Amino acid sequence: MSNGQVIAAKSANIGWEQRKRKFLPYAYLSPTLILLAVLTVVPIVTVFLYSLFDNVIVNPNPPEFVGLENYEEVLTHRKFRAAVSNTLYFALASVIVHFLIGLSFALLLNSKLLGANVKAFFRVIYILPWVFTASIIAILWRLLMNPHGVINFVLLEIGAIPELLEWLSDRKLAIHSVTFINIWSGYPFYLVSFLAGLQGIPDDLYEAGRVDGGNAWQLFWHITLPQLRPIIISLALLDFIWTIHQFTLVWMTTGGGRNTEVLSTYTYKAAFSSYEYSEASATAMVILAICTLVAIFYVRSQRMTDE
Amino acid sequence: MKKTVLGLMVVLVLLSGVSMAQDVVLEFQQWWEPELPEGSFRAILDDFEAANPGIRVETISGPYLTTKDQIIASAATGTMADVVGLDGAWVNVLWKQGALHSLTQAMADAMYDDSELAAQIQLAGETYMIPIANFIYPVFVNLDMLGAAGIDPPSTRAEFAAAAEALTDPDNNVYGWAQPLSLEQPNGIQNDTMSWLWATGGSMLDDMGQPNLVDNMQLADTMAYIKSLHDAGVVAPGAFAMKENEKVEEFVNERVAMIINTLAHFTLIRERNPDLNFDITALPAAEGYDGPRGLPYASWGIGISAHTEHKAEAWKLIDYLTSVEGNTKLTSIANAFPGNVNATPDFIQTDQLFMTAFEIFQEGYLANEFTGLPAAEELMRQFDEPFQLYLEGDMELDEFLEIAQEEWEDIFE
Repeated sequence: MSNGQVIAAKSANIGWEQRKRKFLPYAYLSPTLILLAVLTVVPIVTVFLYSLFDNVIVNPNPPEFVGLENYEEVLTHRKFRAAVSNTLYFALASVIVHFLIGLSFALLLNSKLLGANVKAFFRVIYILPWVFTASIIAILWRLLMNPHGVINFVLLEIGAIPELLEWLSDRKLAIHSVTFINIWSGYPFYLVSFLAGLQGIPDDLYEAGRVDGGNAWQLFWHITLPQLRPIIISLALLDFIWTIHQFTLVWMTTGGGRNTEVLSTYTYKAAFSSYEYSEASATAMVILAICTLVAIFYVRSQRMTDE
Repeated sequence: MKKTVLGLMVVLVLLSGVSMAQDVVLEFQQWWEPELPEGSFRAILDDFEAANPGIRVETISGPYLTTKDQIIASAATGTMADVVGLDGAWVNVLWKQGALHSLTQAMADAMYDDSELAAQIQLAGETYMIPIANFIYPVFVNLDMLGAAGIDPPSTRAEFAAAAEALTDPDNNVYGWAQPLSLEQPNGIQNDTMSWLWATGGSMLDDMGQPNLVDNMQLADTMAYIKSLHDAGVVAPGAFAMKENEKVEEFVNERVAMIINTLAHFTLIRERNPDLNFDITALPAAEGYDGPRGLPYASWGIGISAHTEHKAEAWKLIDYLTSVEGNTKLTSIANAFPGNVNATPDFIQTDQLFMTAFEIFQEGYLANEFTGLPAAEELMRQFDEPFQLYLEGDMELDEFLEIAQEEWEDIFE
């Protein structure tokens, strides 16, 4: 073998090695990429395509391309707009009250005034709602909020209400009742996260604050809250996304009736009750767009935290 | 010796293969098997197989909602089971997909005489579903409560309203009637609302089978009558979010004196409250109406997949299940009324309440106009929403019916 041939063989080998090195990370990533493609990308693209066509899935006629007509129909529909408004109320109220209750209970459980056993006991009690599945929670609260249920009985006995209230079937009350149930079922997640965050704040900061003459409120405002900020932002954004997706709780308590229609129940009805899969796909894409926006904020906040 | 044994085994395998190849295997998807006593449905199918050598039936069984989802999904992909259990509410959507084989065609091919069939669900003039077990919805009345008030079971709307008023005692949480109108399960529109209309011979559709909610005097009268019951305070509170099972619970716990309910709940009610003294009666009709009363009902229907290669064998199975022998067996274990007019389930001869129900069944006619309509559940829901506003007094009768008509016309398009 001449020198030239040796050099050519070596350079070919180097070229192969370089290609291999370039390709290798993708090979390692391929199982995840394939899974992502099959489980996420393909369904999203399929639903997006459905939203641009008519006569999809349960229609023997060939699908007809209609462009953005389904979106126009959905976005201008009175019931869809009502569902958006209800969803926003449901999600924002849930996130705000989850935050307030979660933080309050976490502060209580983090207090040095309580003994370890008392804390352990209340941790179990406070976390209980999180243990139940959404369907169990719905059944439980349907019974409690029944006109002849425990809640009305207690409130009547103590004179808090003049007559039986129809918590889930009164048009003015139902959306608040459903939001309340969602708050009850979701606050433990905040509680656990905040408790972990509180336990991670160094005592030195509080001691320095006290030396500077800070009172309890000032310590909370200038030390606790800023220290919890990354957790608060992450929790709020994730909770907002999860609450927008909440279906079982609303469906099993009111079926979306009595002014409680939210985007998830609206989509379900369009798909599985009206068999209007194109419209349902358009609604699903709108929900996806909202959630993507929130997710972008979430990722940005994570990046800022990391930096 | 070894070779002989080996040879025998090969011959046996080949023979069994031949016999397997000759057998036609029918897939039969339905939700009935889990609702029947264990093994009883399989026993009926075994009898069918014994009478039809060469045909085997494999059941695909699951709960009602799962079965519905699976059948509709498999229809979309052309993989529906050969024979399917059907609810009247799904027939239209399956028919639109071309997923169901015409039973009119199947009957003609088999030269079948359909005179014994109690009902056939037709679309565009052809049969696509045959109800083989029917569960009617009479009025259940609490005899003790009626007796204490000195009232007989009501037969007319006026009698019903008077009885409901006499039996209502809000201080003790007792009401005359319960009407479940939950939007999650909007079948209260079919069973507890439109049933009043059908009992008086009325219809919610015109002669062409299109929505006829506006300028329909009988319908308007019926809705006004139901509102009068709500206005009188005789309807159990929470109606707008109440589901069917909660209605039954209210009756079982003697907080409601009268409900419109399926016969399928007989056993359940007796188990839940063995001391409950109750009877059934036909749905009250409007004053002056003496024609036959329409009886709301739910059915276990049956149909054949348009894509099956075994249409003749599938029809044989339906033929057996709708025959006097097969239908008697099935309806006896299901506590249902037969799809064959000559079948007589056992329970009719042994249980007084079922005897009464059978008389009501024979005097009236099966009426469920939602069967076969497009997106039947959504029709109920679209009717339910303005109906609730009307009952609350936030909408006038005409406006409510106009909105419902508009929504229905959209769906029918």
